Formats: sequence, structure tokens, C-alpha cells
Amino acid sequence: MFREDGISRGPLEGLIVCPVCDATYQLQRPKNGERAVCTRCHKVLIAPRRKAGMQIIAVAVAVVVLITAASVFPFLEISAAGRSNAVSIIDAALSFTQGPMLVLALMTAGFILFVPLVRMLLTLYVLIPVVLDRPPARHAIRAFRWAEAMRPWSMAEIFALGCAVALVKVAGLATVSFGPAFWMFGALVVLVIVHDSFLCKWSVWNSLEHPKER
Amino acid sequence: MVACTRCTRAWPLGTPECGRCGAKLVSRDEHSLQKVWALWVVGLMCYVPANVYPMLKTKQLFTVDESTIIGGAVELAHHGAFGIAAIILVASVVIPLGKFWAVAFLAVSVRQRGGFTSHRRLLMYEVVEYIGRWSMIDIFVVAILSALVQLKGLATISPGPAAFFFALSVIFTMLSAQAFDPRMIWDAQDNDNEAPDHG
Ligand SMILES: [Zn+2]
Ligand SMILES: [Zn+2]
Repeated sequence: MFREDGISRGPLEGLIVCPVCDATYQLQRPKNGERAVCTRCHKVLIAPRRKAGMQIIAVAVAVVVLITAASVFPFLEISAAGRSNAVSIIDAALSFTQGPMLVLALMTAGFILFVPLVRMLLTLYVLIPVVLDRPPARHAIRAFRWAEAMRPWSMAEIFALGCAVALVKVAGLATVSFGPAFWMFGALVVLVIVHDSFLCKWSVWNSLEHPKER
Repeated sequence: MVACTRCTRAWPLGTPECGRCGAKLVSRDEHSLQKVWALWVVGLMCYVPANVYPMLKTKQLFTVDESTIIGGAVELAHHGAFGIAAIILVASVVIPLGKFWAVAFLAVSVRQRGGFTSHRRLLMYEVVEYIGRWSMIDIFVVAILSALVQLKGLATISPGPAAFFFALSVIFTMLSAQAFDPRMIWDAQDNDNEAPDHG
């Protein structure tokens, strides 16, 4: 079998190289549910799961819906001496508004809303054609690359812990209660973790390279 | 032979970019260490003002209270919230300082032999990569408090300049750790004792 760009499937294609320690192995695809682990540095190289594609798509759709909902509903409500204030995640992100703080506002909004949202949308864009056995979407390779590059910058779970800390900090000053968005955010954190653990990068790259032979 | 660190595919030596995922292929990034150090220094430079300037300004009736990162944690401890004070101290002081030390140690150790084994150093690298992001928690707490505590005439909280520098410091140290090529850890070991098969 020849690729369009003329590179044949030579012996090198049967190899897999650990990105962490450079150890080289003969490619042996593990069965679903099993994992191929680098014997030198213990990095998980391949971890396919049965029907992972469909499950990841379902999780990603749920995350997109939850992020959208969680960003507009209030997640914390404060009241003291008859005055009260309810804030949504958008309010929190936009609380840095003076001068250079605006940059901080945009970064905060990016880390908690924009990055997780875009990551899930890119995943959907890449995986839906693959799961439906269609040829990969246009620029699917670039899309998946961006989705992976965004992974460390998606900070939803850190924000969730931040809520708990803020709650305790304010507790002495006023009464604070959780709004609906807080619980959505809790669910979202779990879903993002599920998404990341189901996604086998190698399997995605491989199916983008050889769409037909999954 | 040269390997793609993004998708694990192997290519003949001299291939400029990975045919599968489009990543630039380099056997070893010679500039990796320079990037690590440059970002490390910028991160450290931002960390100093982050601790000197106030992080939070609290206005209550007639008093205005400005607290720095450490000041805020000490205050919390005074009120008996030891758990939260510990979280803030760990996220804002212990993790960033530990990270500066760990990245510097790794960057120095790939140049010289001996000391830690590769596995210990790799573990260190993974911990740094995983934990570094959590420093951002203090920024989010400041954002939440500033948005939430806006009770006119009673109490208002607003962010101080330290928040800006602290966020930058976290971002630059994350970039610094990402610029580090973990394969160099093993190269240092390979120079010590005969290498296993690798390309
Ligand atoms: Zn390895
Ligand atoms: Zn690649």
C-alpha cells in the first residue's frame, strides 16, 4: 500500500518510538482494554478501548452543553445584611477589568471556558468522521494537534477547587450558597477526566493516517 | 532514524516533518535547553513582584485592607482556616518554588552525569508537568472573590497587581517545563553506561 505522497509503508512503519525516552519497539497493537506500555519509562503508548470513539463523542457533547449552561447560570451566591450578589463564571472571569487586569480577565475566561470548549469541539470534529468510517475531515490532523496542545491549559478542575477555597474565605464575611452552575461544573470536571482517559492518542493518529483499516 | 514525539511514528533520518501528524522532526532539539532557561528566568522575574505587591484589596465600611499572597494565607490561619491556608501556601509558594528548583535541576542534570537515576528524574519531570498548573488556583480564587464580593457599602474585594504577575509566572513556568525534552534525561544516562537500542 502506498500513500499519496509516495512514502511506502516501509519497515519504519512497523515501529513505535516512545516520545519520552526514545526506546523503539516493534509495533504490536494491544487488544481492546489492554495497554502497550514502554518498558523503559513506563509511559502508556497505546491504550485502545472498545467503542471508545462513540463514548468520547457522547462525553464531548455533554461537556459542550454543560460548559455553555454553566457559564451563564450563577455558581455562587452571597448575601449579607440584606444585600446579595449572584455571579456566573463569566462574571468571575470578567472581574479583572482595570488596565492590564483585562489581559488577566481574558486569560481566566480562556482557561476555564474557552479552552475546554474548543478542545471538545475539535475532538468532535476529528472523531465523528472516524467513527462513522468516513474519510477524515479537512484539516483533521491540525485540529487534533491543537486539541492535544490545549490539554494542559484546560483548567476547569482547578477552577472547581478554587470555588471551594473562595467559599471558605468569604464564609466569615457573609453567607454563601452554591448556585446551579456549581453542580454543573462538578459534573464537567468528571466528564473531562473521563474524556482524557478514554482518548488513545495513538489510535486517533493511526486512524487519521489509515482511515479504512480500523 | 528520527522519531515523532507527538504521535510516536518513526521516519528515516533527515525527514523534515512527520507525515502523519505534521510535527517538526528533530532528533534532539539543541535549543530546548536555551528555551527552558529563558522561560524559567522570565517566570522567576514575574514571581518576585507577585509576592511583593498585594493580591487582594478588601474594602469594608471604613477600612481598606491589602494583602499579599503570604499575608492572605497567614490571615486565614489566624482565623482558624488552616486547611485553606495550607492549600493557598502550597499552591502559591511551595509548588512554584519547587518547580523553579526542579526545572533548573533537570536542565543542569542532563549536562552532567551521576546523582539521580533517570527514573527518579523522569518522575520529577512528570510531577512538575502535572502539578504546575495547580498554582493557577490562587488566581481563580481572586477572580471569584472579586466578582462575588461586590456588596456596595458593606464590603468589596478587588484584585491587586500581584494577580497579574502571578498568572504570568505560572504561564511562563508551564511553558518552560513544556520546552524541556524528556528524552535528554535518557541521553545523559546512555552516556554513562552502554545504551539500549534506541534511535
Ligand atoms: Zn519510554
Ligand atoms: Zn507525528
